Amino acid sequence: MRHLLSTGDLSREEATLVLDTAAELAQVSGRSVKKLPTLRGRTVVNLFYEDSTRTRTSFELAAKRLSADVVNFSAKGSSVSKGESLKDTALTLQAMGADGVVVRHAASGAAHRLAGWVDGAVLNAGDGTHEHPTQALLDAYTMRARMGRVEGLRVAVVGDVLHSRVARSNVLLLHTLGAEVTLVAPPTLMPVSVHTWPCAVSYDLDAVLPKSDVVMLLRVQAERMRHAFFPTAREYSRRYGLDRDRLARLPDDAIVMHPGPMVRGMEISAEVADSPRSTVNEQVANGVSVRMAVLYLLLGGS
Amino acid sequence: MTQSSAAYLIRGARVNGRDPADILIRDGVVAEVGPGLSAPDARVVEAHGLIALPGLVDLHTHLREPGREDAETVASGARAAAAGGYTAVHAMANTDPVADTAGVVEQVWRLGRESGHCDVQPVGAVTRGLAGERLAELGAMAESAAAVRVFSDDGMCVSDPLLMRRALEYVKAFDGVVAQHAQEPRLTEGAQMNEGVVSDRLGLAGWPAVAEEAIIARDCLLTEHVGSRLHVCHVSTKGSVQILRWAKSRGCDVTAEVTPHHLLLTDDLAEGYDPVYKVNPPLRTAEDVQALREALADGTIDCVATDHAPHPAEAKETEWATAAMGMLGLETALSIVQHTMVDTGLLDWDGVAERMSAAPARIGRLSGHGRPIAAGEPANVTLYQADTAWEVDPAALASKSANTPYRGMRLPGRVTATFLRGTPTVLDGKIQ
Repeated sequence: MRHLLSTGDLSREEATLVLDTAAELAQVSGRSVKKLPTLRGRTVVNLFYEDSTRTRTSFELAAKRLSADVVNFSAKGSSVSKGESLKDTALTLQAMGADGVVVRHAASGAAHRLAGWVDGAVLNAGDGTHEHPTQALLDAYTMRARMGRVEGLRVAVVGDVLHSRVARSNVLLLHTLGAEVTLVAPPTLMPVSVHTWPCAVSYDLDAVLPKSDVVMLLRVQAERMRHAFFPTAREYSRRYGLDRDRLARLPDDAIVMHPGPMVRGMEISAEVADSPRSTVNEQVANGVSVRMAVLYLLLGGS
Repeated sequence: MTQSSAAYLIRGARVNGRDPADILIRDGVVAEVGPGLSAPDARVVEAHGLIALPGLVDLHTHLREPGREDAETVASGARAAAAGGYTAVHAMANTDPVADTAGVVEQVWRLGRESGHCDVQPVGAVTRGLAGERLAELGAMAESAAAVRVFSDDGMCVSDPLLMRRALEYVKAFDGVVAQHAQEPRLTEGAQMNEGVVSDRLGLAGWPAVAEEAIIARDCLLTEHVGSRLHVCHVSTKGSVQILRWAKSRGCDVTAEVTPHHLLLTDDLAEGYDPVYKVNPPLRTAEDVQALREALADGTIDCVATDHAPHPAEAKETEWATAAMGMLGLETALSIVQHTMVDTGLLDWDGVAERMSAAPARIGRLSGHGRPIAAGEPANVTLYQADTAWEVDPAALASKSANTPYRGMRLPGRVTATFLRGTPTVLDGKIQ
C-alpha cells in the first residue's frame, strides 16, 4: 500500500493490520512521554484546502507522536489563494522533500490527482463527497474497541448519505470487515445507485433501530435544506433524528456514533449525545491512534 | 498552404468503399470518375487500397477564436480539420466575445477563408451573450457575409421554453436551424459526470440522463408545433434516442448528432479522476453507447459531429471539479467511426459518407459540401487508408491543444489526403 486514497483499496488483511497497529500505538497515548522515534527525519505535510481543525490537529498529533517533522500548509493566505494550481502546489511540496502528504480538499478525487503528481505517500483526509478513509478506520476501530468485533455487527448509517464521504468510506470498509450496513435516509439523500452498494437501504429509522448494534449518525448540512432535500429541519428531526425515545428502541448494548461536528437537537438530542452509549469523544481519541498507524504503515516501512 | 489549381488524377481509389476507380480533379471540380482515366497534365496521386469519401463536414467544432487563441485558433483548428479529412467545419458560437452579432461571425468566417485549410462556417448564438434571456440578432447574422444558418448556444441550453419557441419560429424566415445543447439546468446544477453507479462511487455530482431527454422531448414538441427545424447536439443517452425515434415517427423535422467519443467511451473512465474524460454531455454507460451506435446506423441519429473542444494543459491538469469540459475530436473522428461503426459491421462506407459529410452539410445548408464524388461536383475529397493503424501522440496533432482521450491508443485508419475544391490541404499524410 503506497497511498491511502479510498477504503475500497484496502483488503481485509490490510484494514485489520491498520486496526491492530493502531491498538498497539494507542498505548503511547497513555504514556507520560507520548512519543516514538519511528518517523524521525521524515516530513509530513498537512495540505488542507478546506478548514478542518479537528482532522488537521489529529493528523498533526499523530505525525508528531511518531517524531515526524510536520508542516501545516493551509490554502488560505497561501499561494493557492493567489491562483496556484494543485499540481504546482504538489510539485512545490515534492521539491521541499515531503515524504507524506495529508490532503483535505473540497473536490472529489483531489487526493487521486495528487498521488499522480508526487512521489511521496498521499493520505486522503477527505475529498469532496468522495471518501474520508481514516474516519472510517477510526470508526471501525471504535466499534471493535467497544463491541469486541466488527464482523457480524449490524451498523445503521443515518442521514445525509448522498453528500457524505464518511458514509462512502464506512460502507466499503465495514463491508470488507464483515459488518452488515444499513443506510437510512430520506430518498432524496440517497445516491441514485445505492442499490448497487454492498449494504441494505431503508427509509424507516424506527424499523432499523431494534436490529442495530451500532447507529452512526451523519452530519446534515443545513445549507442543503434550501435545495429541497427535505421540507424542514423539524420534519427531518422527527423522522431521522436520534432522541431518547429512539435510543430506547436500540438493543441494550448498542452504541451511538457521530463523526462530528454534531448538530444537536436535529440529528441527535443532547441527551443522546452525552449518554454513555455515545462514542463521540472516543472516536476523536481513537482518530489519533489510527492516523499514527496509517502514517507508520505508509512511511515507516513494514 | 500550397495554393494550386493543378489537375490531380487520383488512381485506384475506392469511392465510398466500392470498386477501385480513378478520379480526375480539374479546376476545383470532379471532372470525371471511372476506370483507366488518363490526364497527362495531371499530378497523379496513387490511391490503390484507399477509400475516397466526400470531404467530411463537422457541424460542431470549437475553434476558440476570438478569445482563447491559446487553446485553438481558426487557423490551427482548420489545419486540424484538414488533417482529420474535413473540408468544412461549423465553428461554435461560445467564443469571447460570443458570436452573437454579424461582426463576430464575419470575423470568424474571414479568418477561415484566410486559413484556407477548410471552409469555416460560423454558428451564431441563439441568445445574446449565451445568457438565455433575449434573442441575438439572428437575422443580421443570417444576412451577413457569413450567411449563418445554424444557431446554437452550445454549452448552454436554451432552457426557457418560450424563448426556444421564438427562436425556432424566427429562424424559419431564413431556413435556419436551432441546434440545442439539451441540458436542463436545474437538474444538472453542479453536475460533474454521468449520474449513476460511477458518479456515486467517485462522489462526483451526477448529470442525469433525464436532464437531456426532458429538453429533447420538449423541443421536439415545440418544433412540431411551430413547424420549424430543430437539431439536437451531441445526443448521449439511450432515452434520447428513443425520444428522437418517436419524434421522427410523428414527422417532426428534427435532426441529431452524436460525437465519436460518445460512440466509444464510457463513464467508468472517470475512475482515475483524469479530466481528459470530462466532457459535456458526460460520457455515459455501455448501454447508452450501444444505443447510440444503433441509432446512428439506422438513421435515428443523422450525423457524427466532433464537438472538438480544445483546452490548454492548465485547464485539464487540475482537480476534476475545476477542470474544463471537452476533448479534441477532429483528427481522430474518422478512426473512431471506423472502429465503432464500420469494423463492427453497423455501417458501410456509404453510410459513413452520409453521416460524416452529406447529412451535416444538408443540416447546415452548406451547398458545395457533402456532395457525392461524381463528375461536375465540387472536388472536396478525403482519401483514407482503412487498413492501417496509428498511435495517437498528442504532440503530433495539428490542434494547439493536446486534450485527447486517445493518447497512446492505437486507432485504425489514417487520412492520407484531403482536397478542398481541388486543392490538397493534406497530401501524403502531411498538412500542406
